[in-house]
Amino acid sequence: MVSIRKREMEPRANLTDPMFPIPYRVERARRETYDTFTLELKGCNGEDEFPFAPGQFNMLYVFGVGEVPISISGDPTRPQILIHTTRAVGPVTQAMRSLRPGEVLGVRGPFGNHWPTGEAEGKDVVIMAGGIGLAPLRPALYQILAQRKKFGKVILLYGARTPSDLLFHKELQKWRARVEVHVTVDHAQGAWEGNVGVVTTLVPKAAFDPLQAVAMICGPEVMMRFSVRELKERGLDFDKIYISMERNMKCGIGLCGHCQFGPTFICKDGPVFRFDRIADLFAKREI
Amino acid sequence: METLRPILKEHPFLKGFKPQHLDLIVGCASNVRFDPGQFLLREGEEANQFFMLRQGKVALEIYGAERGPIVISTLGEGDILGWSWLISPYQWRFDARAMELTRAIAFDGKCLRGKCEEDHDFGYELLKRFTAIIVKRLEATRVQLLDIYGQHPQERNGTPR
Amino acid sequence: MNKESSPTKEQYILEREHFPALLDVLGRKGYSILGPTIGEGAIVYGELTSEIDLPSGWTDRQEGGTYRLVRGSDRALFSHSVGPHSWKKFLYLPDMRLWRGEVAGDGFRVKKETREDRPAAFAFIGVRACDLHALAIHDKVFINERYADPEYHSRRRDNLIVAVNCTQAGGTCFCASMNTGPRATFGFDLALTEVIGDDRHYFLTEVGTKRGLEVLGEITHAAAHEEEKRAADSMLANTAAHMGRSMDTTDIQALLYRNYEHPRWDEVASRCLTCGNCTLVCPTCFCSTMEDFTSLDGEQAQRIRRWDSCFTLDFSYIHGGSIRVSSKARYRQWMVHKLATWIDQFGTSGCVGCGRCITWCPVGIDLTEEVNAIRGGKPRGKTVISAGG
Repeated sequence: MVSIRKREMEPRANLTDPMFPIPYRVERARRETYDTFTLELKGCNGEDEFPFAPGQFNMLYVFGVGEVPISISGDPTRPQILIHTTRAVGPVTQAMRSLRPGEVLGVRGPFGNHWPTGEAEGKDVVIMAGGIGLAPLRPALYQILAQRKKFGKVILLYGARTPSDLLFHKELQKWRARVEVHVTVDHAQGAWEGNVGVVTTLVPKAAFDPLQAVAMICGPEVMMRFSVRELKERGLDFDKIYISMERNMKCGIGLCGHCQFGPTFICKDGPVFRFDRIADLFAKREI
Repeated sequence: METLRPILKEHPFLKGFKPQHLDLIVGCASNVRFDPGQFLLREGEEANQFFMLRQGKVALEIYGAERGPIVISTLGEGDILGWSWLISPYQWRFDARAMELTRAIAFDGKCLRGKCEEDHDFGYELLKRFTAIIVKRLEATRVQLLDIYGQHPQERNGTPR
Repeated sequence: MNKESSPTKEQYILEREHFPALLDVLGRKGYSILGPTIGEGAIVYGELTSEIDLPSGWTDRQEGGTYRLVRGSDRALFSHSVGPHSWKKFLYLPDMRLWRGEVAGDGFRVKKETREDRPAAFAFIGVRACDLHALAIHDKVFINERYADPEYHSRRRDNLIVAVNCTQAGGTCFCASMNTGPRATFGFDLALTEVIGDDRHYFLTEVGTKRGLEVLGEITHAAAHEEEKRAADSMLANTAAHMGRSMDTTDIQALLYRNYEHPRWDEVASRCLTCGNCTLVCPTCFCSTMEDFTSLDGEQAQRIRRWDSCFTLDFSYIHGGSIRVSSKARYRQWMVHKLATWIDQFGTSGCVGCGRCITWCPVGIDLTEEVNAIRGGKPRGKTVISAGG
C-alpha cells in the first residue's frame, strides 16, 4: 500500500483553539434550488478576512442544534466574505437553511487539504462535478480563472439530477466565456434543451490531452468511481486524478477518529486525495 | 459514396475494419442533415438505418400521454445512433429528434443486414462494435437510474448484522 | 514531560516496610495519588489515600471473556495483572465539557472551560510496562506538531510514574510478543519489581529520572546487590516465558492490508456483539464524539466530548446511511486500525499486548487468535469461557 503520509498538499489550519466556534454573521442567504442554499458570512468580531485554500471545509455550528462539516464554496482570491453552499439533508443543515441575514453561525476551521491547482499549472484541467459536488470545486475554478493564463484547456463537466437542481446558473454562463462548460442532467424537465445523461457521458466531449492534464472530481462516491473509470479509459492516469472524500466528522482535527478511511483521516489527510494513493481502498466496501 | 471513405476510415467506430469490409460499409453510407425539430427516427417505424452523428445534438425521447415527450438521453458529435435495425422485429422503440442543426452519415441497415448474413466475418466485426456501444449505453443508463443526486432513502438494502 | 532517563539507571532496594513512605512522600509533595485498588469486583485504578487501599494479597485469574478476583498465596501488592481500567481515564477524560455557550445579542457567545477544579499533578502507582507504552502512544495522539490537546497536556505534563514490572503473567497477556514488556524500560520515574521470598519482601527499585531519584532520596533505601538484581531478573524472565497469549507480528501490517476480504472476518463477525467493551478497556483507543446540548429555553448550550467506539452503528454515519453497517466491517475496522493502519498514522502498533480486550470481551474474542487464523495458522485451542462460565 502506497504511503499516504507523503503528500504535497499541506493542510492549512489555525490550530490554536480549533475546538471553539467563532461567531459569524449571515450577510446574505440565498436559495439555490429546492434543497440547496448559500450563506455568505462575515466575522462578528471584526475579522475582515477568512483565508482558505480551495477544497477546505469548516465545521459549522447552529446554536443549540449541532455542528456539521461543510466545504467552503467561495472565492479564495476574495477572502473578505466566507461562503458556504450546501444541501439541507438533516436537522443541522435544515436549521441552517432557515437562518436569515443578521443571524449568527459558529465557524471552526478551515480544515483539510486542498485541490492541486498548483500541480495543474501548465496543464489541461478537467473539473467533474456531480450534484452538490460543484460547490467544493467552485473555489478551485475561481482560483484557476484568477490566473487563467497559467493553465491549458480548462473544462468543466457538470451533472445534476434535473434542470431545477443546477447550481450557479449565472456563473455557469459567465464561465462559458472563459472555460469550456458542459452540463447534463439525469432527467430532463420541461423545456430543457441541454444534454441528458449521466455526467460520464460528457467526458467524450471534453478534448483534453490526457498526457498533460489533471482532473478534479467531486460528487457522490458512485459518481466519482464511474468518472475516474471514464477518465482512465481516456488515458488519464490515476496519479493525475484527484477526488474529494466525505466521512462522518466530529472534531475536524484528526482526533475523534470518525473520519478514518483506512490509514487516513479525511479531515487532515484529505478531503482531497490523489486517486492512485487510495485506489485500493476506494475499491473496497465498508471501509 | 467515395468521398465518405476517408472520414469513415478515421472514425473510432470503424477502426480496424478490413479494407473490403470498409468498402461494404462505405457502399451503404450517405450524407444526411436534419433541421432543428426534425426526427431522425420515430417510434414504431421500420428500423432500416443507423446514424453516425457528425455535428449537432439529438434527443432520444419517449412519448408519455400525460407527460408529453420525455428526453431520456442526448447524443452528439461522434455518437452512433440506432441499433434496432440489427435485431428483429427491426422497429424503432424511441423517437430521435434533432435539437439543433444536425449533420450525420446514414447507413442503409437493410442492405447491411444482408451483407452480414452473406459474410459472417463482416457481421461479427460489426456486431462486436455495436455490442460495445450498447454495453456502454446500458451502463450509463443504470447509473442514471440510481438517481445518485437525489434524496437518499434512510434504509439500505438488507438489515445490518 | 520531563522523562529523560537517568543514564546509569541505578538500582536500589526498598523494603516492604518502607513502601508506605513512598506514598507519604508523594502526598507531601502535593501529588494526587492513583493506583490499583479493589472496586467493582475487580482491581481498578482509583485514589490511594494510603497503602491500605492497595490490593495487598489479591490477584486475578483472566481468560477470554472472564475475570476473577482471587486471593493470592502471599501478601504481594502487585501480583495481579491489569484490570478493566487503564490510565487513559485520568488523562483523556471519558466525559469532558469543551465549552459553554449562551445567546448574546442577535448571536451567541462561547466560553471556554476554566477548569478551576483541575486536580493537582497525578502520581500513578503501579503502571505496567504495557501501559507505559500505551501512555507513550497517547502522547503521540494528543500532543503533536499540529495540535496539543490542552487538557491532556496539562494532566500529563507533571505526571509522576511509579512503574511496576510484572512478576506474574496474566492469562490474556502478550506483551512479550509485542515487545512492550514485561519489563518497564522507559517513561517512568521509578520502576519497582516486587520480590517475595523466604523471609524477605522487597522492591528492586530502578530510578528513571532525577525526580524519581529525589523521591527515593526521601525514603529509606539501600544499594542493590547482584543476587537481588538477579532474583528480579529471573522473575521477569519467568513472566515473559509464561504469557497467556502471543501475537505473531511478522509483517502484520502487510498481512492485514492484503486480507481485507479474508473469510475470517465473517467468522469473527458471527461472534462479535459490537458491544464496544474492547474499545472501552483498551488503553490506546481514543475515539470520541462531540455532543451538543441546549437548555430548554434555548438560551444556553454546551458541547461535551465523550468517549466513543467505532463499533457503534452510527459511528460512520453520513447523510443517507452509515458506511460500516455490518459487524464484520466494524470489527475489521477496529482490528486493522489497532494493528496496521495505526502504524501508518503514528509510527508504532496501536496494541500494547495488555490482553484487556480478550478478557473483557463477553464472548472472548482474542485478536491474537484472529491474526493467527488470517495467517492460516492452526487454532491454538485457548479456553474461551462463554456465558455462564
